[in-house]
Amino acid sequence: MVATIKELSEKQDLLSPGHRLCAGCGASIVVRMVLKSSKKPVVVASATGCLEVSTTIYPFTAWRTPFIHSAFENASATISGVIAAYDAMKKKGKIKEDINFVCFGGDGSTFDIGLQSLSGAFERGTNFVYVCYDNEAYMNTGIQRSGATPMGAWTTTSEVGKAQAGKRVHRKNMTEIMAAHGGYAAQASPSHWRDLVMKAEKAFEYDGPAFLNVLAPCPRGWRIPTDQTVEFARQAVESKYWPLYEVMEGEHKITYKPKKEIAVAEWLSPQGRFKHLLKDANQPVMTEIQTQIDKEWNRLIKMSGETT
Amino acid sequence: MSTVKAITGDAAVAEAMRSIEPDVVGVYPITPQTIIVEAYAEYVARGEVQTEFIPAESEHSAISICVGAAAAGARTMTCTSSQGLALMWEVLPIASGMRLPIVMFDVNRAISAPINIHCDHSDTMGARDTGWIQIYSENAQEAYDNFIQAVRIAEHPDVQLPTMVMMDGFVISHAIQRVEVLDDAVVKKFVGERKADYPLLDMDNPVTWGSFDGLGGWFMEFKKDQMQAIENAKRVSLEVAKDYAKISGREYGLFESYKMDDAEYAVIVINSTAGTAKTVVDTLRDRGVKAGLIKIRMYRPFPASEIVEALKNCKAVAVMDRVPGYVDIGGPLFEDVQVACYQEGVNVPLVNYIYGLGGRDILTSHIESVYSDLEKIAKTGKVATPVTYLGIKE
Ligand SMILES: Cc1ncc(C[n+]2csc(CCOP(=O)(O)OP(=O)(O)O)c2C)c(N)n1
Ligand code: SF4
Ligand SMILES: [Mg+2]
Repeated sequence: MVATIKELSEKQDLLSPGHRLCAGCGASIVVRMVLKSSKKPVVVASATGCLEVSTTIYPFTAWRTPFIHSAFENASATISGVIAAYDAMKKKGKIKEDINFVCFGGDGSTFDIGLQSLSGAFERGTNFVYVCYDNEAYMNTGIQRSGATPMGAWTTTSEVGKAQAGKRVHRKNMTEIMAAHGGYAAQASPSHWRDLVMKAEKAFEYDGPAFLNVLAPCPRGWRIPTDQTVEFARQAVESKYWPLYEVMEGEHKITYKPKKEIAVAEWLSPQGRFKHLLKDANQPVMTEIQTQIDKEWNRLIKMSGETT
Repeated sequence: MSTVKAITGDAAVAEAMRSIEPDVVGVYPITPQTIIVEAYAEYVARGEVQTEFIPAESEHSAISICVGAAAAGARTMTCTSSQGLALMWEVLPIASGMRLPIVMFDVNRAISAPINIHCDHSDTMGARDTGWIQIYSENAQEAYDNFIQAVRIAEHPDVQLPTMVMMDGFVISHAIQRVEVLDDAVVKKFVGERKADYPLLDMDNPVTWGSFDGLGGWFMEFKKDQMQAIENAKRVSLEVAKDYAKISGREYGLFESYKMDDAEYAVIVINSTAGTAKTVVDTLRDRGVKAGLIKIRMYRPFPASEIVEALKNCKAVAVMDRVPGYVDIGGPLFEDVQVACYQEGVNVPLVNYIYGLGGRDILTSHIESVYSDLEKIAKTGKVATPVTYLGIKE
């Protein structure tokens, strides 16, 4: 049974308030929800990025649970080492507790620079949960494009000008890449908290590597109001830009179906990073984005053996 | 207490590792180190060791695995060479900055390009200032002995720093030599169990590892502490050497002085070339030439004043670097010795030889030519060519 909101609210946050993430940062919401879904004590590893630099400013720490950061691209290898130590010490009887291991990485560390480390850890069957808080760009270094940045989005390395309308190519399908590793992989959003908690619980309980790709709007980089984070996450789901689904050992399942047809333009338009797409000249980009979304949704429908 | 074996350098290191039986080993294959990884994988498969053995998908991950495991409180080891060490580079200062006593064996091999699998020291010389302790070995026996002692040095409360131990690729790693191997129980007793400070897996006392430290933080104080810790490694390594002598009969210093007491002409080398050079010293001594040799064992921290003390009465000294310096003032060991002499106010004529790059043979005739150069320098008091490439094809 998925925990109720009452149960969740009574549990202490392992990421305490007072951290220095921006107001309205999606990452902290995602992290706190995931950590509340663990029924055992947790050890956290994190990659370099907004989350890490804003929560561990020495001599302070926002983490009420063991936390380790090593570098940008090696969080999965780092936690592999922690787990190996845990296994070794458990064998020797030096540790008795059952512990969950979770790794948080931004989309940059997950989709791009840390993909090899992540893939290696999954191939080795490491028993951990990897959570990508996906804010769709390198935010910590000042909003540069990543492999997760959607087509058409402005970033400081996918600029908007006469020659191009933001990022020229689509984002990569990371959830499928991780699903292809054969464990548990799911896509979630903080707006649909029951769905997120259900997936996080499943990921923790799964005996093997589990991957969660969670949308984590960044007001700063998306150019949206800081009190609208969850709303923008919701619209991403409702417009099918961010389908909620899971893949358990190759079996696809859509976990939420939007009731209304909402064009992706409705989600994109209020975001500053897409404002140039409203120009007539950039209409083809808008159309291409919608086409890609429809294609992906239809693919998911097919993969999950559904008809509509 | 010990068994004499005829084994390669790689096999000797694997034997040491098996006896130490670390909690976690994270590795990736690369010539000429691969044999160590393969041997360890066999011990694991045969159930001879309880180690968590992780054949990672890259050296970057192998060393990162060691970082995670060491922070968690485990005794952790890895081995590599050349490009592997280069790929690890980013994580090396992280390991030392986090004060993690990881022990690594690096079998020295040239760095590309051109790609070359043979010996020189460009891999570990490129990592000499990453905050790791560096210990070099002349032969398989020393590699074995140094590797076991490295555990105690790295984990000592006054040190707590990662340590890399080296030997020359192929010449030592693949050559069968006489090695006295200690009994497992003796080695285990010598290294003891690791007692980690603030282990990540202490769930009752949660700690944050790898913090962010910006302006107004403690970065410089951390670095100053690290500097002190690596300096402490000199004293600690000598204490450990004394204890090791008790179980092995072999005692090591910061460097080895060979016939240096009355030496007029000295050569300073690292690793296997010391063996060749000793033969030359013996021949020259037979001819009445007062030749001597210094073989560096501990290169980081650098025993600067100790080395100057050993060579201060010489008439001329040659420093041999097995790495291209890419600066016309010479290789890294040469620079270090020069600086040390300058600091101590000792004005011995110093000359540098770059040799053996990419496995180029170093012959006794080459080393003889070095000593005869030294005799000329002593006579004229002038160093005509400060840096010479030995054995270069014309
Ligand atoms: C090897 C390396 N390259 C580059 C950087 C600089 N860097 C630090 S964080 C970061 C971007 C992080 O992006 P992401 O993973 O998406 O996390 P976010 O900051 O968006 O939360 C970059 C490029 C680094 N720390 N290490
Ligand atoms: S820049 Fe974005 S991701 Fe980074 S802390 Fe601010 S809101 Fe969060
Ligand atoms: Mg990001």
